[in-house]
Amino acid sequence: MLRFLLTRLSLIVPTFLGVTLLTFSMIRLVPGDPILLMAGERGMDDARYKQLMAEMGFDKPILVQYGHYLNDMAHGDFGKSIITREPVLTEFLTLFPATVELSVTAIALAILIGLPAGIVAAVRRNSVFDHAVMGASLTGYSMPIFWWGLLLILLFSVQLGWTPVSGRIAVQHFVEPVTGFALLDAWLAGNWDALRSGLRHLILPAIVLSTVPLATIGRMTRSSMLEVLNEDYIRTARAKGLPPWRVVGLHALRNALIPVITVIGLEVGRLLGGAILTETIFSWPGVGSWLIESIRRRDYPVVQGGVLLAASIVMIVNLTVDVLYGLVNPRIRKGR
Amino acid sequence: MASIDTALRAPALAPEHTPPHPLVEFWRYFRLNKGALAGLAVIAALGAVALFAGSLSPHPPDEQYRDALLAPPVWQEGGSWRFILGTDDVGRDMLSRLIHGTRVSMTIGVVVIALGLLVGVALGLLAGFFTGAVDIAIMRAMDTLLALPALLLAIVVVAILGPGLFNAMLAVSIVVLPGFARLTRAAVLTELAKDYVTAARMTGARLPRLMFLTVLPNCLAPLIVQATLGFSTAILDTAALGFLGLGAQPPTPEWGTMLSDALQFVQRAWWVVTFPGVAILLTVLAFNLMGDGLRDALDPKLKR
Repeated sequence: MLRFLLTRLSLIVPTFLGVTLLTFSMIRLVPGDPILLMAGERGMDDARYKQLMAEMGFDKPILVQYGHYLNDMAHGDFGKSIITREPVLTEFLTLFPATVELSVTAIALAILIGLPAGIVAAVRRNSVFDHAVMGASLTGYSMPIFWWGLLLILLFSVQLGWTPVSGRIAVQHFVEPVTGFALLDAWLAGNWDALRSGLRHLILPAIVLSTVPLATIGRMTRSSMLEVLNEDYIRTARAKGLPPWRVVGLHALRNALIPVITVIGLEVGRLLGGAILTETIFSWPGVGSWLIESIRRRDYPVVQGGVLLAASIVMIVNLTVDVLYGLVNPRIRKGR
Repeated sequence: MASIDTALRAPALAPEHTPPHPLVEFWRYFRLNKGALAGLAVIAALGAVALFAGSLSPHPPDEQYRDALLAPPVWQEGGSWRFILGTDDVGRDMLSRLIHGTRVSMTIGVVVIALGLLVGVALGLLAGFFTGAVDIAIMRAMDTLLALPALLLAIVVVAILGPGLFNAMLAVSIVVLPGFARLTRAAVLTELAKDYVTAARMTGARLPRLMFLTVLPNCLAPLIVQATLGFSTAILDTAALGFLGLGAQPPTPEWGTMLSDALQFVQRAWWVVTFPGVAILLTVLAFNLMGDGLRDALDPKLKR
């Protein structure tokens, strides 16, 4: 197990360095002078230009710059926003809980609906339900989620007025941030109005973000179950006279879950891409909309630091999933 | 002994037992999949629309009819046959823009996949043939690209190059590239261990011949499937970039860009928001259906 862990860890180091190289070169690859670009149309005088050059280290050799970059990061310095003057890390940490809240709800929805739907579809193969699940899953998988979000807003917010159009919680509810998770904070404070408002804001974005993972999980569960249900040990279990729910729920499901867990892991890693779109549509104050906003404002240090932080989180998530997977499935652990 | 016997007798039996041509066999399996056929039909139709966009569209895509701003579609009150699917906020005909958008999206798909395949297959071949430093360098670079979620990576590239349709296509082709590289490398490694490659080596085939004529043709099946499925990624991600304002810029009739233009009119004119999305969904769905069908028909493991 230790060896497996170490191999996985050693693989992540070059990947991480690669990502730092990418974000490091990013600001330097932008056509034109990065500082003049940041200054925008206002321009700046020569002294200020030199000062900024020195501040950002652009006057040093490129390798030295990269060394400084890595060193700064090791000390938790991911640069400063040129607009708010706040450290990128601080901004990221303030917004990150909102993204986590949205993502966790989305993936929970996807698992809670996708797993049972896939199981039932497999057990009742070729039934109407099975066809409906497969059709829905294919549609969900092909869905442009930015458009899907707009449709839901059109229906539930504009036509029916059931849910708010955007934001995370109504402004009149102020809850002391303890954990940074709006729902949890409201619950801890016993502020039920705020909790209800938070939930109403959360539901549509969570549905939108869960669409693709839900489709993938449902589909994978179905095909994996179908495969397992054909195995000899399932026939044996049936022949023994076990009740069907035990055969399906225990004998089949446990073995069918292994590939499903992989898919869930992959989807968790990909959530951030969907979160960028979802947060932008619903003005959800998370990391995704912040990154897009920074690109629009040409706040390059934020884009650079934000991408690196986001990528690091994704890598950590993927690594965790890998390790967990190794724990569940000895074949993987001992395989290589 | 028995195997030699059959081998000797095989030619005599050949006329009755000729295996069907691979393409015939492929079509036999593909045909069974109704979804894949439907996908193929939609793609063929979209291709035709893209080719003949100019003569099919009732109006020029950029013509602004100032007398008909946000005109509703024909079946709704106030609609007319002049603008079958209505007009947008500056009076451009929705149907014509959607038709020209088909051309844009098909071009996006072709360009992105062609670029991704070209570079990805080249890198995959290099990594597969040259084990050691080359392999490690290429595959770690691919890992780095895969470490970022697809859309985030595309956004990073566009942030570097600047927004625009061409840069967005470039960005998305970088997103799909690692998939092709990995697939090619894996297929090359499998093929290299086979006897026919050894035989080709012994007859003195040089490296380029070995790469492109001996090994590559046998790696094509998974690449074809991946390329078809890649079309949907290409169209979806480029539309997403367009929607975020990082892809095609107005007035290009790209579906994602059309959606983002229409955002402020969501409450007043449902058609400007609905139709471009339907177009994206249908196209992506068609490519996914066909890709699944191709995979089933080309994957020998799934054949009975």
